[in-house]
Amino acid sequence: MSVAEPQTSPVTVGAGEPVVNDFSITIATKNGSGSQTANATILRALFKMGIPVSGKNLFPSNIQGQPTWYTIRASKEGFTARRVRAEILVAMNKVTVYEDVQKLESGGMCVYSDSLAYTPNRDDVTFYKIPAAKLATASGLEGKLRGYAENMAYVGVLAYLLGIEIEELKGCLNWQFKGKAKAIEPNVKTINAALDWAKENLTKTDPFRVERMDGTTGLVMIDGNTAAALGAIYGGVTFAAWYPITPATSLADALNDYLPGLRTDPETKKPNYSIIQSEDELAALGMVLGAGWAGARSMTSTSGPGISLMSEFAGYGYFAEIPAVIWDVQRMGPSTGLPTRVSQGDVLKTYWLGHGDTKHVILLPGSVKECFEFGWRAFDLAERLQTPVFVLSDLDIGMNQWMSEPFEYPEQEMDRGKVLTAEDLNRLNGGWGRYKDVDADGIGWRTLPGTDHPLAAYFTRGTGHNETALYSERPEHWEANMERLGRKFETARKLAPAPIEDRVEGAEIGFIGYGSTDPAIVEARSRLAAKGTKTSYLRLRALPLSDSVESFVRAHDRVYVVELNTDAQMTQLVRLDTPELAGRVFPLNHNDGLPLTARWITETLEKMEA
Amino acid sequence: MTTLSAPKGNTKVNKLGLEKAVYKGLDSTLCNGCGHDSISARIIDACYDLSIKSERVAKFSGIGCSSKSPAYFLSRSHGFNSLHGRMPSVATGAMVVNRDLIGIGVSGDGDTGSIGLGQFKHAVRRNAPMVYLIENNGVYGLTKGQFSATSDVGQELKHAGVNELPPIDLCLEAIVADCGFVARSFAGDPKQVTTLLKAALSYKGTAVIDIISPCVTFNDKEESTKSYSWGKTHNERIVDATFVPFYEEITVDYEEGEVKEVELQDGSRIVLKKLDRSYDPTDRMAAITLLEEAKRKQQFVTGLIYIDQNRVDLRDQERLPETPLVHLPPSALRPSKESLVKLMERMK
Repeated sequence: MSVAEPQTSPVTVGAGEPVVNDFSITIATKNGSGSQTANATILRALFKMGIPVSGKNLFPSNIQGQPTWYTIRASKEGFTARRVRAEILVAMNKVTVYEDVQKLESGGMCVYSDSLAYTPNRDDVTFYKIPAAKLATASGLEGKLRGYAENMAYVGVLAYLLGIEIEELKGCLNWQFKGKAKAIEPNVKTINAALDWAKENLTKTDPFRVERMDGTTGLVMIDGNTAAALGAIYGGVTFAAWYPITPATSLADALNDYLPGLRTDPETKKPNYSIIQSEDELAALGMVLGAGWAGARSMTSTSGPGISLMSEFAGYGYFAEIPAVIWDVQRMGPSTGLPTRVSQGDVLKTYWLGHGDTKHVILLPGSVKECFEFGWRAFDLAERLQTPVFVLSDLDIGMNQWMSEPFEYPEQEMDRGKVLTAEDLNRLNGGWGRYKDVDADGIGWRTLPGTDHPLAAYFTRGTGHNETALYSERPEHWEANMERLGRKFETARKLAPAPIEDRVEGAEIGFIGYGSTDPAIVEARSRLAAKGTKTSYLRLRALPLSDSVESFVRAHDRVYVVELNTDAQMTQLVRLDTPELAGRVFPLNHNDGLPLTARWITETLEKMEA
Repeated sequence: MTTLSAPKGNTKVNKLGLEKAVYKGLDSTLCNGCGHDSISARIIDACYDLSIKSERVAKFSGIGCSSKSPAYFLSRSHGFNSLHGRMPSVATGAMVVNRDLIGIGVSGDGDTGSIGLGQFKHAVRRNAPMVYLIENNGVYGLTKGQFSATSDVGQELKHAGVNELPPIDLCLEAIVADCGFVARSFAGDPKQVTTLLKAALSYKGTAVIDIISPCVTFNDKEESTKSYSWGKTHNERIVDATFVPFYEEITVDYEEGEVKEVELQDGSRIVLKKLDRSYDPTDRMAAITLLEEAKRKQQFVTGLIYIDQNRVDLRDQERLPETPLVHLPPSALRPSKESLVKLMERMK
């Protein structure tokens, strides 16, 4: 590609059919520059115009000054997965502009700041140069704040070029800044100035535009971590202990934001909950187990490195049978890995977290709606099963904004599990044993500390014990206890959320997926079906695997397990589940830290099917 | 004061009408003569004397010989034998969600001084409400004789050789972490241990008592500063504490030293007897100096070393309601449907 002459007018490319509500925008800026507000404004304005959208933040593990990208996808068909290439680029970062332009789709368009010292070097792209710094002066702000306003300049220009409704943009600023005029005014001024300048100085020659439609009526927009926190709150969370880690911190932040308004006693004005920032993740899970043992709904949220630290207590919770909820918002590992990139690499680790024969119940939310639902359901399961319950979310679901049906209020009563009160003990008249399997479901009855009855007390321990919780090294006691834990795990298999299946008659291929890969799988199946390839789809929502997984595998010639990790972790579990059918189960795994695209699925499937 | 029914025959009962036997636990499986068993007996004495209801007590421990001991006292109290060095976090979680519990945590010098040093410091810093007992024998007894962080310089063990690392002083560590109740005693001094336990049980916050508790199997050599015989000859009592429970008034007459009265949060009073006239247990710098000097002299000073009643305990820091969180009714746990609908509207 040759270096073109300095531009004075936009290159006329891509004349022809307008492309409406069906493209991706990549916005390349520096982190800490205020672009988040601008990007969120564009995203929400399109959403309010009724256009199905999704936004993804590709940010560095850094506070200020490094390159960061935000992708907005508009899809009239309602697809929300990432796409490999964007058609529209907003280039605001001098360091990355050449690379950013290289990645643009042919026939695309680029808005770039005049401060980049960039010379357009593609002739299959429409370029629009904007004086972002000059336009930012309209904000009336000085110094660093005016730098932030430069981002509003591209909002105004995009509004002109794409036809984004100004009233919606203003409404979004109002919503974001909660009506505070001092924050809203400068941004509105900049957008108006940019819009006016664009009308005067730019001639639109690219085909991309947005039009109001009816694709988002009644929907909400929210990130997964906030959804999880709200789910926990509506699940009666009473105690949380946590240690900051990307990308789980915003879950605890959301608890801190919403609990005061929802769980402050109206009379005493005191909080009906407690959140402690512990000294590390080890202590966090220790506190959660102490609190769960004492009878409170307790949780923590962390990511891979924290899960590693929690290994010993997780095994303790499994063996001593104490309710706890642990959210793992997964990021790329091993080790410190990529703190700001997505992965699904903690599946095997959390399933067997702890030494000795340990296995855990894991919930796998596939949407923000399920983050909310599992937020409360995890407590019911943890207290019913008397065990730690892990919820595996990830950075893509947790930290990006997603459209969703409004969350449904949990109508059924909270399940506090098998707890004996002093009155119960009086009725039982002795003969109670903490680990007796009186109901044949593997779950004993527990009492809470402080219960006013001379026979209530028992000893909780990680060492071998008999049915009445007495210390025991006897082989028969050990085996019986482990057998009962196995029975309990089978009970968990039935109680955990069942997979969601879409069986297509005549389909030879079946996809199995979980978590944030859902949008890409949905889109890929649609593309495949359009080309005549039928596929079925089973979306896992929990471990241990439901019995229906075996029947799904049996019903298809080839089963592809889609996941974001290098070692095909869930594929291994599916193969272990039905070993005689393992030969027809194949991994379709990708792990570069970026959210999955439908194109990767279809292209890779094509290769594997060949 | 409530009137209780007359006890059967000659059996003594406390104010709850309970015999001391009620406060016992299972038979100990520790070695004959173990210091930890003496401490367990003192816990039974203290709880009986104070007429504490066992059902209100929660016992916590880590891993080690001392951590086995909660099974040997207060069988009517729930117990949580947790992980090596991790008892403070478990206790913190439980005590926050049920503020009515009386927490007794038992740990050892390895459990607190090595693996557990971090959690110990942070629990103290948070002022988690509990009696924190370190049953300190200078060795890892359960794994059969390795040095602990409190082992003396020059201490010798069969397989581990000679220790050349300086000992960690857990009382000093506690004071530096802003602990408001720091005491040291000796398992072979029943009167002092019981008195300090009673005071600790009434303190609002973390009350640390480092109790030198000789290991008869692995550490009872004459020269070791942790042995019975050494303790009895070198013991320097600095503060004689006679605990005065709220409902009894006892005045003790001493010939030397001042009588200093310290009022505890529940209204009880400790009458401190200074054996050394100039020592003030409310003076933090004096306490630190005292401990540093004692370390230099290879002595241990016993009694109430430091007390600060101005520290707010964790329950109040968290602004916990009077009703324990675990006793909140379901309506107080799950917000209303209307509130969710409102939130959803805001996000549309």
